[in-house]
Amino acid sequence: MNTLFSQPLNVINAGLAGFADNIRHAGGEVTHLNWQPPAQGDITAGLALARLLNHPLVEAANKQAMDQYLAAQPVLVDVLPAREAIPAMAEHKLILHAGPPISWDDMCGPVRGAIIGAILFEGWASDHAAAEQMARSGGVALEPCHHYGAVGPMAGIISPSMPLWVIQNKTNDQRTFSNFNEGLGKVLRFGANNDEVLQRLHWMRNELAPAMQAAVRQLGEVELKPLMAQALHMGDEVHNRNAAATGLLIKRLLPALLQTSMPLSTLQTVVNFIVGNDHFFLNLSMAASKAMMDAAANVPFSSMVSVMARNGVNFGIRVSGTGDQWFQAPANPVEGLFFPGYGVADAAADLGDSAITETAGLGGFAMASSPAIVKFVGGTPADATANSLRMQSITIGSNPAFTLPALNFAPTAAGIDIRKVVDRNILPIINTGIAHKEPGVGQIGAGITTAPMPGFTEAIKALAERIQQYEEGQQ
Amino acid sequence: MNIRNRIFPNMYQDSVSLMQISAQIAGLDGIEQASVVMGTPANIIQLQDAGLGQDFKAGPNDLIIAVRGAAAACDTALELAQTRLTAKPASDEGDIRKVAPASLAMGVETMPEASLALISVPGDYAAAEAIKALQLGLNVMMFSDNVPMAQEVEIKQLANRKNRIVMGPDCGTAIINGIPLGFANVVKRGAIGVVAASGTGLQEVTCRIDQLGEGVSQALGTGGHDLHEEVGGISMLYGLQALIEDAATKVIVLVSKPPAPAVADKIMARASAAGKPVVVHFLGAPRDALAPQGITFAHTLGDAAEVAVAKLHNQPAPASIARLADADAAKLTALCAVLPASRKDIRGVFAGGTFCFEAQLICQQAGFVASSNTPVAGNKTLADLWTGHGHTVVDMGDDAYTRGRPHPMIDPTLRNARILSDMADPATAVVLFDLVLGYGAAAAPADALLQALQSAPRGPVLVALVCGTEADPQVRQRQVDALRAAGVLVAGSNAEAAVWASKIARQQANR
Repeated sequence: MNTLFSQPLNVINAGLAGFADNIRHAGGEVTHLNWQPPAQGDITAGLALARLLNHPLVEAANKQAMDQYLAAQPVLVDVLPAREAIPAMAEHKLILHAGPPISWDDMCGPVRGAIIGAILFEGWASDHAAAEQMARSGGVALEPCHHYGAVGPMAGIISPSMPLWVIQNKTNDQRTFSNFNEGLGKVLRFGANNDEVLQRLHWMRNELAPAMQAAVRQLGEVELKPLMAQALHMGDEVHNRNAAATGLLIKRLLPALLQTSMPLSTLQTVVNFIVGNDHFFLNLSMAASKAMMDAAANVPFSSMVSVMARNGVNFGIRVSGTGDQWFQAPANPVEGLFFPGYGVADAAADLGDSAITETAGLGGFAMASSPAIVKFVGGTPADATANSLRMQSITIGSNPAFTLPALNFAPTAAGIDIRKVVDRNILPIINTGIAHKEPGVGQIGAGITTAPMPGFTEAIKALAERIQQYEEGQQ
Repeated sequence: MNIRNRIFPNMYQDSVSLMQISAQIAGLDGIEQASVVMGTPANIIQLQDAGLGQDFKAGPNDLIIAVRGAAAACDTALELAQTRLTAKPASDEGDIRKVAPASLAMGVETMPEASLALISVPGDYAAAEAIKALQLGLNVMMFSDNVPMAQEVEIKQLANRKNRIVMGPDCGTAIINGIPLGFANVVKRGAIGVVAASGTGLQEVTCRIDQLGEGVSQALGTGGHDLHEEVGGISMLYGLQALIEDAATKVIVLVSKPPAPAVADKIMARASAAGKPVVVHFLGAPRDALAPQGITFAHTLGDAAEVAVAKLHNQPAPASIARLADADAAKLTALCAVLPASRKDIRGVFAGGTFCFEAQLICQQAGFVASSNTPVAGNKTLADLWTGHGHTVVDMGDDAYTRGRPHPMIDPTLRNARILSDMADPATAVVLFDLVLGYGAAAAPADALLQALQSAPRGPVLVALVCGTEADPQVRQRQVDALRAAGVLVAGSNAEAAVWASKIARQQANR
């Protein structure tokens, strides 16, 4: 039924503003758009996008993907060496890194430094030169964490003997993994690989991991979603700020730790290490986010983003409906503040798997709950709120498990829809740390960045192609 | 170079706030390096590494301000840092900015009751916007042109599936529920519904209906390609059906160039079964064509309005307006008497493409083959775009003249210059032109021309058509009066203007 003639005319005007003025002058109702060519002017992608808008296959798939994401119940169930958690790592020399696939030759400084550190840590080479030679010559396989259900912050390096957090989604029993957080300063994830770094990694493997394993096994399981939800009410957005969540975690772990038969001196070092690192929970937040997003992945025709990750050169996304395919573009610069003595010229490109938190509706998407974070770009709490609200316009829906006090306990925007990103020209916002471009210097600042548009544009084209193929097959 | 620091014991602030202050004081003139941090061991090492001092007697809960630079600047920086640290928060920013709608989907979220998208984005992007609008359940008017035919077909087939109308691409004019869209005139609302494939054709018919004292229920455009075989007249058929079903519409007018035969058959069949009178004007169709039951053919745009008004009053169709009244003939003969015999040419200078087309047809029927940049069948293609030669009728709204320039309806500068140059040509007997009013058109379309005419030497006869209504922002009578005061003959319709021009040319040819 077309009610054009029977209802008052209400016009949406795209293009010449004068036409909107005329309609208004003639007594009509009009909304004038702040229109720009979508998909950065890519006409093919723009048409593909138009055909996907309100497409019944996509709508149904998104509902399914969103339901599965919302239903996910990520639970911390164990701590295991990577080679046990990820069987492929026991079969050959394999090191996992953050972001989309990248070859050694193309890697940025911090990732290379971290890989050299991991090779030394594993004892596969005796010195830096030999380790670098091994990595360069293909003596060790380098693959993305995401290819094995894992995530790691910054360089995101995981080698076989490193301990991993094991998260299980109780709804589908799938497991996801993340490495342990080393703290700030000179650490492997920023590319540092000196003796101090390696000694810390050894200690984490030999003392911290067994303690955590014992505590987690003592507890049986730790539900992560309620813990994260609580942290959101305590000023964290569980990406760039994990102070509250780390506190909540140690509150859970401490009684269990005390019940283990570990020597007091070990307990003291372990507890000191955790309470001295406000980011200790970050890796758990990431693995929990990964579990939620894996639940939504691989739903045919869905336009929901299932992964956002950076390798220090490119920003990659994966979309539920296009499965394991990566869509990549050079990472956008980070708007941020720098530690004393550093500036933009020192910064590495955006790096790490931690944008999985934004993919799951946390981090930048939950910025309203963490006013401290928005100050990184000289903003105000109102900016944080505006950011969280803006993200509502590019998501399929929102996640009632994560509510934001500053928005009167409204749920966080969740389920990024590539169609909305491209159509509305609003990029997903990401809270992030800034690494020094040289390996080993460490974190030099923090700020806010966005996911680059070209990956979304390519993903639109790929999804449209899949749907077209399917529809042609149906005819 | 000075290094200064100040320590505030037990003054914890979160590091992000401090980094902001650091950034601000580091930006002061004369400051080389600045940092405001809590006195943790790691931060103290960073300060030392950054060359901001060596000896800091501070613990993790003590705040350190450290600066390096010119002495005076250091003092200023320390003061500023202290002020910032103790400043009250800025007044409450309660206004949470809403995201301005940037896409049709966002527009629908802002205006859920939206029923139509008016799209005038560049042609390359127009098809995508039209598809989006349809997917969102909107009707569409596409002012944008240069949309490939295959995309037009895709859009219109989608519209059919969605039960929505697409007007255009290249639809300049529509009036929906009394609201003018694009280039449109303020016509009275009434009982005559119009569907037209031409923007200026639609304007002429609706304005003439208004001048005759009647009104328009809906005026729908289809765009110029709709009646091609490939598109199949989807928009015209949909518009026709909508007007058939619209209770407020008592008489329907269809206007286009002659459609592809298969398309014409479909339209005629639907129109014939409309259950209300349908007036059809196919520009340039043979005059003696036999109209099917229920349909009346009109011979000109103006006639379409005249016939529709007659049908509305249950009166027989009047004779065509494309004929010369005796009084007019006498007036024109008198004007020709003072023209030199050497002035023989018709020079038509149009802003409206359909006016140019119709004027060529009428002059041709009167025996005058003209050159044009958009020649009708039997006329010649213009050799020189910029200079009239012999009978010449140009459409200055055509791409040939508008590339990189505004349309002459918006900015008549180029069109005015052409009128003056044709007047200055000693071969010109009559200059025929249009003045299109309404929304979208120039606010004072005749002013510059009238000013130029004051000083221009009088040569040929000037004949004008003013397409508009009394309710238009430019007020038709005001424009007509001004033109008449300047010695311009103003006709009641485009067809009449062309008949007058032909009469003058005939008179001169016979001398």
